[in-house]
Order: sequence, then structure tokens, then C-alpha cells
Amino acid sequence: MKKNGILSRLFLGLVFLFLYAPIFVLIVFSFNDSKSNAVWGGFTLDWYVQLLSNRTVLGALQTTLLVSVLATLIATVVGTAAAIGFSSMKRRSRNLFLTVNNIPLTNADIITGVSMMLLFVFAGQVLADFSGWLNSQEWAVNANLWFDFSFNLGFITLLIAHITFDIPYVIVSVLPKLRQLDPNLAEAALDLGATRWTAFRKVVLPELMPGIVNGLLIAFTMSIDDFVISYFTAGSQVSTLSMVVYSMVRRRVSPEINALSTLMFMAVLILLVIINLRQARQDARRKRQGLRP
Amino acid sequence: MSKELIRLRNIRMAFDDEVVLNDLNLYINDKEFLTLLGPSGCGKTTTLRIIGGFTTPVSGDVLFDGVRINDVPPYRRQINTVFQKYALFPHLSVFENVAFGLRMPKVEEQKDANGKVISRRKVKLSEKEIQDRVMEMLETVSLKGFENRKPDALSGGQQQRVAIARALVNRPKVLLLDEPLGALDLKLRKDMQLELKKIQQQVGITFIYVTHDQEEALTMSDTIVVMDKGCIQQIGTPEDIYNEPKNAFVADFIGESNIIDGVMVRDKLVKMYGKEFPCLDGGFAENEPVDVVIRPEDIDIVPVDQGQLVGTVTSVTFKGMQYDIIVDFRGFKWLIQTTDHSPVGARIGVKIDPDGFHIMKKSQYSGMFGDYSSYSDEYDELSDAEALDEDEGAEEERREEGYAE
Repeated sequence: MKKNGILSRLFLGLVFLFLYAPIFVLIVFSFNDSKSNAVWGGFTLDWYVQLLSNRTVLGALQTTLLVSVLATLIATVVGTAAAIGFSSMKRRSRNLFLTVNNIPLTNADIITGVSMMLLFVFAGQVLADFSGWLNSQEWAVNANLWFDFSFNLGFITLLIAHITFDIPYVIVSVLPKLRQLDPNLAEAALDLGATRWTAFRKVVLPELMPGIVNGLLIAFTMSIDDFVISYFTAGSQVSTLSMVVYSMVRRRVSPEINALSTLMFMAVLILLVIINLRQARQDARRKRQGLRP
Repeated sequence: MSKELIRLRNIRMAFDDEVVLNDLNLYINDKEFLTLLGPSGCGKTTTLRIIGGFTTPVSGDVLFDGVRINDVPPYRRQINTVFQKYALFPHLSVFENVAFGLRMPKVEEQKDANGKVISRRKVKLSEKEIQDRVMEMLETVSLKGFENRKPDALSGGQQQRVAIARALVNRPKVLLLDEPLGALDLKLRKDMQLELKKIQQQVGITFIYVTHDQEEALTMSDTIVVMDKGCIQQIGTPEDIYNEPKNAFVADFIGESNIIDGVMVRDKLVKMYGKEFPCLDGGFAENEPVDVVIRPEDIDIVPVDQGQLVGTVTSVTFKGMQYDIIVDFRGFKWLIQTTDHSPVGARIGVKIDPDGFHIMKKSQYSGMFGDYSSYSDEYDELSDAEALDEDEGAEEERREEGYAE
């Protein structure tokens, strides 16, 4: 029994070593006072300083934050509304919608990314053709109007893509809260003189809040570290942080990348810790109330 | 006590193709304590939800003070509800739970001489008035000092009181209670029964109470409405319902009853087991087949030679105040409650006074109830207690389906 204990601990240690050794090396070498990624030349924060004066990186950081925040907020609102809609459906249609909702969660990012790119390019072409057709119409010429609905891949398509892949995560986190919701709560509020909207705002929404915040955090984490889908939908003018890392690596591996990757890893790590702590706290509270988990 | 407040007229309710209420007619007087009593799925909760405005009937009218309110939403009815599982708002303190209704803006309508609305304005209570009314109500339900607690830090009985306070603080004309004592233990339930009755008399409004517990109904009600399969079986005072049940279903559901096939020979003379017995009932056709109800406590055990009927004791159960004895009379088993012990296998005679018989016309329920052959299964409220969890009516199940995992 005890031997087994040592063996299994050794195995666990090996697993963690393989999982985290690369990241550990990355973090260590982000503080390395040498251009080499193999020789330790002393401790320095220079790479972080350089990173913060790199225009490309700062621009990408801004894009990443803007896309993540906007996409997360929009996806949270849409996803919550969708979850509420699902939960009031009949069982059969609800299960159907849930399956459809879960496919993007397990689908390979590259397929999502490529298909979205194709869709955007196609839609852009259709709208460009439509604009051309409008402009050739006599009334448009007479009124001296010029239409141009065409668009290229860029910030907007990137944002739409992020919203799209964030929504299922929000739905998946809000639905369990809806299941736990006492159906009489909203009725009790109506009974006490609240309109449907007030009942939702004052009673249902506070009950769903923990699930909504969890969904928001997960969606934000997914958005901030997404590479594949962003790569296909952002076009050539806009870059996110992960795209910048990729293009920097292609030229040469600069320790700046180590610093940038370390920062991104830490940001995602902190978010994940927050999500897990919240989840644990909610489970503990439910257990205290004697409810099923 | 006599003014009519609510009237349900020809109410029909169905979910999909399943009829839940079939042509229900009922009026409810002001300031009365009315109980809707029946087994699970009888339509009592649905009836309550129709009055509360949470469900709209397929057809028929709901009148409140003479005005049709079918399409009035719950938040504009002068009716408040105590829900089965209380439905307290978990994120709000006891104080805020009770204050919830008071904080909702009320729409005040001004009407001209013809009763036409000429202006509407929203009225909000002052913080001071809210404070006063909440504290006064918490005192009424003996919960002073608990105002800052969250509902999950209260016991079941205390949560129950918050739910009552939260409803009553709005000074409704009618309070609806949906099996409010179902989740409490027996002792607390008995205390709350008396307390509810006291509160009702104190505030002087109509209570409409839904339960499947016949004892609860008998203890508290001014009027009991016995329901089954979406139809009203009998309406009356607790005494009427117990002493003069209309059919075998009511006789069996309220208290214990032996129900025996009989023939009304003529007024005040009933024949069963081939023997004639004097009774007090009349108004039947000559030789009309009837159901004869004999309550277990109205039967006297006498020596065999003095008995009107003679039977064999098949089981004896000690119940504290009395023995429950099952006696076989030619294959039909009776329940007799007596303070005298008779051993199993003994042959005994029984005697029933004329006022111990209650004669009922034959109904769809004839032959379904009142035989104690399967005594241990049927007796005891065990079956009712188990039914509690499921006893939400067909509609409730349907609504829950949407949330079930």
C-alpha cells in the first residue's frame, strides 16, 4: 500500500513535470540577461521593459483587451437570454438546442476559424455585389447616391467571431443556475405586485448572478487566449497578442516573447483561479443549505 | 361573513388534452376560511392558481367583487399567496423579503362619476411607513429580532412565518395558502394550524387554503370544498362534511368510514346483510339501493346474543386512545374503534344506534371505498404523507418538467 503510494506520487510528479516544465523554463528565461534561450546570463527585467515600449505589442494588447471585453459582455447578455429561453422550453426541443449549443464547445478551433473566415469573405462579396447592383440602378444614379456595404476581415469580424464562440460557454454556466431556481420565486414576486420585468430584475437575476459571472469569466479567458479563430478572422490589419507572439516566433525567438507569454499565462492563470474559487465557494454554500449539488 | 367576494363560474381547465378542472362553480365569502381539500391531482392547486392569476382557465369566469378578473395579472390583484415551499427570496434579508411588496409602486386610479378612469399615477410608500408596517407585521408573526437574517438562516417554521408576513403586509383582501404546512413536522404543524386560524381572525380577511390533509381542513376551516378528479364533490362546514358526506369518496376521504351496500326499505328503515335497521334518514324511493356509512366510533361492541350483527375479530391495533379492531362480517371487513379490548378470533356482536347510520345515494364511487380488507395498506395517513411530494397537481408537474434535470 505504502509502496503504491510512493509510486503513484512519483507518477504524478512526472505528469506535472511534463505539463509544467516548458512553462517553467519559459518564465525563467523571460528574466534571462542574455539573448540566448539556452545559457543563463543573470537576472534582468529588461525584456519586460522592452516589451512595454514595443508598439506592435501594445497595439495588440489594446485589440485583445477591447475584443475580449466587448465580446464577453455581449456574449454574456445574449447567452443568459438564450439560457432562460432554453429552460422554459419543452424537454425535447430544449435537448435539441442544447446539443446544437454544445457542438461548438467540442468542435476543433481550426474548423470554427476557417468556416467563419469563409462565411465573412462570402458575406463581404455578396454585400459588395449588392452595393454594385444598387449603384447601377437609375434612381440611385439620379439621386447621386453611392452605396458601399462591402467589408473586409478586420476588427468587426474578429469581434463577431469571439462573440460567437463565447456564447456557448455562457449558456453552459447559466443553465445549472436556472435548474436550481425555484419556479415559484418569480411568481411570488408577481404576487407581491412586481411586473414581469421587475420580478426578473429583482428576484430571478440575483439568483442567476453567480452563474452569469462564472460564464463571463470563462468567456473572457477563452477570448483573451484564443489564437486559431482570431488568426483566421482578424484579417491582415488587426492583430491580437497571441497573433503577435506567433509572428514574432516566425522571425526569431526573442526573449521578449518569453516575457509576453509569461504575462499572458499569468493573466489566464489568475482568471482560472478566480473561477475555481468561486465555484468551490458556491458548492460549499449549497452544501450548507442541504441542497443537491 | 356573508358577503360574496370571489366567484368561479363554469371554470374549465385542461393541459394539452388532460382535463384538470371540469365545469367548476364555487363562490367564496368575504372573511371566510375556506379549504380546498382533495387527493393529489384533484385540481385544488390549479383552482388556487387560477384565483391567484398564475393560470388562465380555458373557459369560464373568475369574478372578484363582481368584476371579471380573468385577464388581470397577479400583480394587480388584491390577492397574495403563501407558496408551498415558501419561495422566499434567498438574496434578501427577512426585512427586505417582507418589505418587497411595499416597495413596489402602486398605481392609483382616479375615476370620474361614471367609474371611468381619468388619471393614473404611481404611488410609493415612504421609507418610514415601510419600516413601520414591516416591523408591525414581524411582531404579528413573532419574528421580531430576525429582520436582518437571511432566509437560509431560519428554521422551517420561521421561514413559514416570513412567507405569511410577506403576503399579509400588503393588506390583501384574500390570502391564498398552498399546502403551507406540508414541509413542517407534525408538532409544529399542529401549532401553526391554530396560529393560522388566529391570524385569520385577527386580520379579518378571506383565507383560501389548499391541503390534502383532512384533519388540517377540519381544524381550521369555516367551509370545506372536497374535490376529486377536477370536480367538486361536496361543499359544507366541517361538521356537515363529516356527518353528512354526500358520496363514498367524501365519506372515505374525511375520517374513517365503513361503507356497506344497502337498500332503503322506506323512510327511516334501511336493510343490509338481509336485516332491517332503524335509522334517521329519509327522502329515498322505496327499495332504492343506497350506500350506508357507519363511522367506526359509532359502533358498540356487545355480547353475541345482544348484537344486531355478529362477526369475527381479525386484527387489533392499539392506538393509544383506542383500539382499532377489524371485524369480518360475512366477508366484508369493518373498522371499529373502541376502548375495550377484544382478542383476535373472538366472535362479537355489534349494535348501532339509529343516528349512527348515514345513508347516501349511489354514486360513481360506490363500491370503491369503505372496505377494510386491505386494512394495513389503506389505513393510516401514510399514503397521504407519501403523496405530499407528488401532490402538486398535474399542472405543477408540468411546470416543473421545464426545470427537471
